[in-house]
Amino acid sequence: MNAVQVRQCDMTFNAGAANQVQALKGIDLTVEGGEFVSLIGPSGCGKSTLLRLIGDLITPTAGNLEVFGKSAAQARIDRDYGMAFQQAGLFDWRKVAANIALPLELMGWSRSDRSARTAEMLQLVKLDEFGDHYPWELSGGMQQRVAIARALSFSPRLLLMDEPFGALDEMTREHMQSELLRIYEDLGTTIVFVTHSISEAVYLSSRVIVLSPRPGRIHSIIDVDLGHRSEGVRESAEFFKRTTEIRAALRAVEEAG
Amino acid sequence: MTSQSRLDAWWPPIAFGLVFLAGWEAIVRVFDIQEFLLPRPTSIVAALRTEWAGEVGPGRITNLREAGWETGKVAVLGLVLGVVLGALLAFITTRFRLLRESFTPLAVIANATPIVALAPIFNAWFGITGIASNVGVVVVVVFFPVFINVARGLVEVEPNQLELMRSYAATPGTILRQVRIPNALPFFTTALRLAAPLSVIAAIVAEYFGGPTNRLGPVITQNASFSRYDNAWAAIVVASGLGLALFAIALAIERAVNPGRAPIEAS
Amino acid sequence: MGARRLLTAAASLVALVAGWEGYKWLGGRTDDKWPLTNVGLPISTDDLTMPPSADILGAFLDPVQRGGSESLAVFLLKAAWFTLREASVGFVLGTIIGLLLAALMLRSKIAERGVLPWVNISQTVPLIALAPIVVTWGRTNGWGDTFSVALIATYLTFFPVAVNALKGLQSPAAADIELMRSYAAGWRETLFKVRLPAARPYLFPAFKLAATLSVVGAIVGEISAGVRGGLGRAILDFAGRYSTGPAKVYAAVIAAGLLGLVAFGLVSAVERLVVRGPRTAEL
Repeated sequence: MNAVQVRQCDMTFNAGAANQVQALKGIDLTVEGGEFVSLIGPSGCGKSTLLRLIGDLITPTAGNLEVFGKSAAQARIDRDYGMAFQQAGLFDWRKVAANIALPLELMGWSRSDRSARTAEMLQLVKLDEFGDHYPWELSGGMQQRVAIARALSFSPRLLLMDEPFGALDEMTREHMQSELLRIYEDLGTTIVFVTHSISEAVYLSSRVIVLSPRPGRIHSIIDVDLGHRSEGVRESAEFFKRTTEIRAALRAVEEAG
Repeated sequence: MTSQSRLDAWWPPIAFGLVFLAGWEAIVRVFDIQEFLLPRPTSIVAALRTEWAGEVGPGRITNLREAGWETGKVAVLGLVLGVVLGALLAFITTRFRLLRESFTPLAVIANATPIVALAPIFNAWFGITGIASNVGVVVVVVFFPVFINVARGLVEVEPNQLELMRSYAATPGTILRQVRIPNALPFFTTALRLAAPLSVIAAIVAEYFGGPTNRLGPVITQNASFSRYDNAWAAIVVASGLGLALFAIALAIERAVNPGRAPIEAS
Repeated sequence: MGARRLLTAAASLVALVAGWEGYKWLGGRTDDKWPLTNVGLPISTDDLTMPPSADILGAFLDPVQRGGSESLAVFLLKAAWFTLREASVGFVLGTIIGLLLAALMLRSKIAERGVLPWVNISQTVPLIALAPIVVTWGRTNGWGDTFSVALIATYLTFFPVAVNALKGLQSPAAADIELMRSYAAGWRETLFKVRLPAARPYLFPAFKLAATLSVVGAIVGEISAGVRGGLGRAILDFAGRYSTGPAKVYAAVIAAGLLGLVAFGLVSAVERLVVRGPRTAEL
């Protein structure tokens, strides 16, 4: 059973109205369990829309979606996935620990279970000392780590991430990418990751999906085989080869559009 | 706005309003509620018709049209004066920060004082006859929200914009014209929108404390004391209508002055 | 920070008194005309129209009734307490109604489009005109006049609460609501865990405004309903007997203003106790 199965999905916003927009057309995608897949493409290619379709935050106008063999809606109700956005989206009125525990509260976990799991997650994202702080006391990168901890707190099998590092500076971004990979290797979660950055997509994923806009379609799928990411991998020849490949695909997409 | 979206925007409030009126009418009829407790909407409409332009004489001190006009004059005069004074003082205090910081707490306190309390004092100051005392009450009520909001608009400018102007070596006068005043315009129109209905209410409140009887306030009280509640309600409807009319004008001014900008929230 | 505010407030009070006395002194010198002209000053400066500020201050300590033992200050304090009780009931009722209306308009878009305009318009109806009608209802239904006054205060209170609560409840970013949806959280859970906490910066300024408005409503209600025992009645009585004691009206008006401030301050104190974390900007 695949983690995510998208079959011939279309997504049209405001169908029938004057301002109708076809965001996605004929998307066919399979994500296997344990894969790290990136979605990349120019603005308007529908990558965020696709992510939201998988998360059942919107419903496709055509086609069908399955997550872990169930409908996307059922997967959402069963809480099979966690989400992280570009804005950390933490609640200002809750301390960091309470933010991480939010989904657990909603799932009815007991107080002791919640604090145990929260402590684990804080350790996982290396923010052990900060549970008692408020979000605004933390830097952007730290807030994103809390958002990731929150997304993983209930151990979902699938993680959906929409440019979570987009608002961070370059150095913090690279650091966060390594952290995310470490967590990925520890937990074996399936990850679908939307990004604008070619190097980020190559560094993180095993497969990069390039989308073209208006309407959003899959243009190409590029396999990335870099093995375990070591310190120097960003400077390796293989890394360069893949980024070049993706850049060429994106240029082709721009020219066609 | 397309005509479709205009329809979408208008039908719910109209529908709710009609349902409410129908319910009111039904309750009064079904429970046979006395007129003196709660008149039916239909009797109020009937009273509106007869009282609007009725013959003025010993049986009737004034008709609603004249009373509305007289009260309206007071309200509008007070509104204009209050707005001008409020804006003027806001301008003056922008320049002198100390003045603003000492004046604002007074303004906030005065705003918290019930206007009802001012009326007798103004009567003592300006006399009961004539319109000065009632206009005075309206001016005070209108002045404070206008002052507070325009002052905010003139002062709360984005630091980026001030820095930019300073980099152009602009004088305070230029900054006032190019940055502060345009920034303050939406605050001003918001205050105007708030003050418009307030002016009518203040005028009517002031009328309760004495003065000429050909105005809406006395019409309401006299009809109420003779248990002619349908007439009293008709006068209340005229008063609300007056407030609404001024509100609509303020809204139109707001749209004309700030095309496309979202309205500012008032303090 | 607080000391600075207090200082400027005190300074403005001193300036006010100075202005008052200065105007009187000028009028006394120029026989109530603008200096160097023959045009009359807008407000006459004789002691009857404008009592000296010393008189006004002194009036607080003088007996409220000639030959009586109770001082004006004590009398006004009792009247203020009476009015405050009515205002509090009005405040609580108005807050509840306002919050319920906001919740209704939040739940249903149609309700919001249909009811919100009427809520906005409600404040154009002159309350002082409705007040005697409310009192008459009250008398036939058997509830006391003070409750009618509280109802009148409710009418002024519900509006800022309803409008601002709705704004606050609708304020969370779309991403936050999406997050809750991704947790398969229901409407009620989203309301309590996201919307209500997000609404707090909107609610407290509204509550503070509502507090002062409830005092205004109570006094208006007392005056137009003829209820005895509160500040409204006091102002009316002193105004009627203006010539025998002009300073008393000013004292009563000052008391009314202070009561409004006290109501404001009470809500601010509650806010300080309840709100941890980022606070709202001061009005």
